[in-house]
Amino acid sequence: MDNLFILLLLPVLGALVLAFVRQAKTAKQLALLLSLVTLACTIPFWVGFVPDASMQFEQRFAWIPALGIHFHIGIDGISLPLVLLTNGLIPLIILAAFNYDYKGGFYALVLFMQAGLLLVFTALDAFAFYVGWEVALIPIYFICALWGGENRIRVTLKFFIYTFLGSLFMLVAIIYLHLQVPSGDYALASFYQLALDSGTQRWIFWAFFLAFAIKMPIFPFHTWQPDTYTEAPTAGTMLLAGIMLKMGVYGVIRWLIPVAPLGFAAYGQLALVLCVIGVVYASIIAFRQQDVKRLVAYSSIAHVGLIGAGVFAWNVQGVQGAIIQMVNHGINVVGLFFVLDIVIRRLGTRELAAMGGIAKPAPALAVMFLILVMGAVGLPLTNGFIGEFLLLLGIYEYGIWYAAFGGLTLILGAVYMLRLYQNSMLGDVNAQTAVFPDVKGTEWAVLTILVVLVVGIGVYPKSLLDVSEAAVTDLIDKVNLINK
Amino acid sequence: MSAIITLSLLAILLLYLGLFKAKAALLPVSLLGLVATLVMYGTDWAKDAEPRYNGMVLFDQYAVAFSILCVGVTALVLLLSKNYFDKASTHVAEYYALILFSLTGALLVVSFHNLAMLFIGMEIMSVALYILAGIRKKDFASNEAALKYFLMGAFSTGFLLFGIALLYGATGSFDLAAIKSHVVDNPHGVSPLFHGGILLLIVGLAFKVGAAPFHFWTPDVYDGAPILITTFMSTVVKTAAFAGFLRLFAFCFVPLQDFWMPVLLVITIVTLFVGNITAIVQQSFKRMLAYSSISHAGYMLFAIVAIGATSAESILVYAGAYSLASVVAFGSLILVKRATGSDHFEAFNGLAKKNPYLALAITVAMLSLAGIPLTAGFVGKFMMFSGVLADYQVLLVILAAVNAAMGIFYYFRVIVAMYFRPLDRDQIAVAGEYRVVLIVAVLITLVLGVYPAWVAGLL
Repeated sequence: MDNLFILLLLPVLGALVLAFVRQAKTAKQLALLLSLVTLACTIPFWVGFVPDASMQFEQRFAWIPALGIHFHIGIDGISLPLVLLTNGLIPLIILAAFNYDYKGGFYALVLFMQAGLLLVFTALDAFAFYVGWEVALIPIYFICALWGGENRIRVTLKFFIYTFLGSLFMLVAIIYLHLQVPSGDYALASFYQLALDSGTQRWIFWAFFLAFAIKMPIFPFHTWQPDTYTEAPTAGTMLLAGIMLKMGVYGVIRWLIPVAPLGFAAYGQLALVLCVIGVVYASIIAFRQQDVKRLVAYSSIAHVGLIGAGVFAWNVQGVQGAIIQMVNHGINVVGLFFVLDIVIRRLGTRELAAMGGIAKPAPALAVMFLILVMGAVGLPLTNGFIGEFLLLLGIYEYGIWYAAFGGLTLILGAVYMLRLYQNSMLGDVNAQTAVFPDVKGTEWAVLTILVVLVVGIGVYPKSLLDVSEAAVTDLIDKVNLINK
Repeated sequence: MSAIITLSLLAILLLYLGLFKAKAALLPVSLLGLVATLVMYGTDWAKDAEPRYNGMVLFDQYAVAFSILCVGVTALVLLLSKNYFDKASTHVAEYYALILFSLTGALLVVSFHNLAMLFIGMEIMSVALYILAGIRKKDFASNEAALKYFLMGAFSTGFLLFGIALLYGATGSFDLAAIKSHVVDNPHGVSPLFHGGILLLIVGLAFKVGAAPFHFWTPDVYDGAPILITTFMSTVVKTAAFAGFLRLFAFCFVPLQDFWMPVLLVITIVTLFVGNITAIVQQSFKRMLAYSSISHAGYMLFAIVAIGATSAESILVYAGAYSLASVVAFGSLILVKRATGSDHFEAFNGLAKKNPYLALAITVAMLSLAGIPLTAGFVGKFMMFSGVLADYQVLLVILAAVNAAMGIFYYFRVIVAMYFRPLDRDQIAVAGEYRVVLIVAVLITLVLGVYPAWVAGLL
């Protein structure tokens, strides 16, 4: 049961089946069932995982032998949390979409995207990585453009071209690296062993950086993000914010820094500065937003900026913090967008001014929303705390001023998040919010699971930290050895 | 060679069928003939082929692979043409015969081993097309296309012929092997005559493949000619012209790469940008495809700019992917135009609701043209990029990457129209032959994209 290839194949098969389901009710139930099967098949990998630095469950098939391309996949401590996050969030996202009547095509796209994401997180061959990278992009484009808001056509095309351009530069870099490999393959291990001169590594760094920075997004490559998040349907926003932006962070950890360590030595600081600017900039903008979806979109830029800064600090605390915070951010942001979806669906508006006092008619929603907000803000005993703590510790080791500015995220985050909470849940009720129905049906299930995860990881984060520690330490040592 | 003879006889037979009003037999007979040709080529697959007929033709694996591609795509085009020309012309047999004549020329172009043969092949291919472009005798645009194509084609043939003559003057032979040994024997001492010949050949061939700045005929001809003729021109003819182009340069001119490469590099970059930028502003799907075919010519020129061991395969895969996607795109355009009378992007609005499978086929074709992974078009682009990077042309690849991103703009306009712009419209009836062609082309596109191993190591 621990065949990684089959795990990647399951969502594809599920998507093929779902594509032909016309009836909305059958489609959602079948989609949930299929995603749960995939989740169940992920458990053996978690149980069977040995927490050391080695690559496990490896599989390698010849794909295009004439070009040296292999379908090479495996899981280590860095990819396992993200695989778990992906397969854990997809059923939740499907369940969260139960309030809408989507046909099978919608769920087929979600599952197809899941396959692409899993390939990105497990690929040990650069070609396979690139394929996964693009395969994840096509479905989300269709999800956002088919079921999105008014301006969806322009916004999603911008999103697509922007990310596609970034990844093309990565493709050029990948081919270039491949041509330098003596054994003529695309293996990650071969790329690690390349000792290219500093000048070459510098432009390799930028080629990869562009692709990842656009995806995450890091300031100033973020301009596609708020529009896309706002226009996308809630499930699309959840996929984008919850899982897809982790592709960028994962890419930095797995590919960018170890493949171009000298480039990283030259430009890592600049990248870190950009991340920190993003934290402060996005937080300030988030505070000014009237549109609740846009507010959370900007908060996502801020959070990811901190995660990116932790990665570019490149020490054990920073990277460990980034990995656990990727999982946490995925959980929190999906929760926040789900609560907003409930509110927007019932009130028919995204304007913060039109809300207020929802806590009175809907206490259960208010409580769970509060816990999710606390998690996003990073209060102790919620999941966000340990992640942000480790991140800031890592950044502090890199430089105290970076930590000082990065640390603003805690304060500013609390400010805009509590403003969101206050203006929507507390205060006086208006005509519409006075009769606001509380959570019901599947909404209960989604929110309860998310809240349990927020508190669970917050109280006992060790289970996640142990998984990645050995792999992270090993990778950091490898890079630091080269840079010394 | 038996294949080429069969095809020529088949075309004459078709003319006779037309004479005896056996209209219904035209399509089955031509398809049967094409299948027979494919089988003959299939048995010709041999590692070490020798030039035949006094060194006129060489049926090596390169020639056979491209011939099979050309014959296969022609078969798809012919399948689409059932009932297509009934309204346009009373002499349908002419159409079938001319297409097959043109194909015969294309097959000579991909297998020539003598410059005379290259010239004859080009002419057989083109002369038939001049007529085909104007096959709608009463249609103004069709006539304009035919005249333009003829004038420009004759003009470019002049360059080609002049180039061949200069090469003959320098080496005393039309034979590729003799020219090659002349170049190898005099690495530094080839005469200016020879250099002039190469430049004129580049101009002539760039005309034929529609590369900028010799591309001005392409949009008008592609736009004016009947859609099926355009399909044939932009797939089979383009593939053959590129195969001939590469064959000549890979065989004879590699040692002189330093001389001609910069010229071709400039042509390539200009072609990429001209094709892409003008494609973005088009309102007509057909005209967009015409301009995008120019930019695809730019990508295919990569293989010649960075001539090397993998050039042949990259052009084969790229041309195959491009041809299949074009067949799907043009085939669907015929259906849409029949239903709406327009070939603008708006004509596709709301198609996905009523014809989900047709829309899916078009989407796959567009993704393949745009070079998205898991389609054949990506594999083609990937191989092109690899080849050029192996030659350390980093700047060219970066420009190409920018162009590939620009391509998304216009390829996705169709997808946007089909899926995201709702419109109440009637369902389009898709005839059986169209279904077969679309399914075959889409399946090959996907299979090639997911598992390209069986062609990537072919040549």
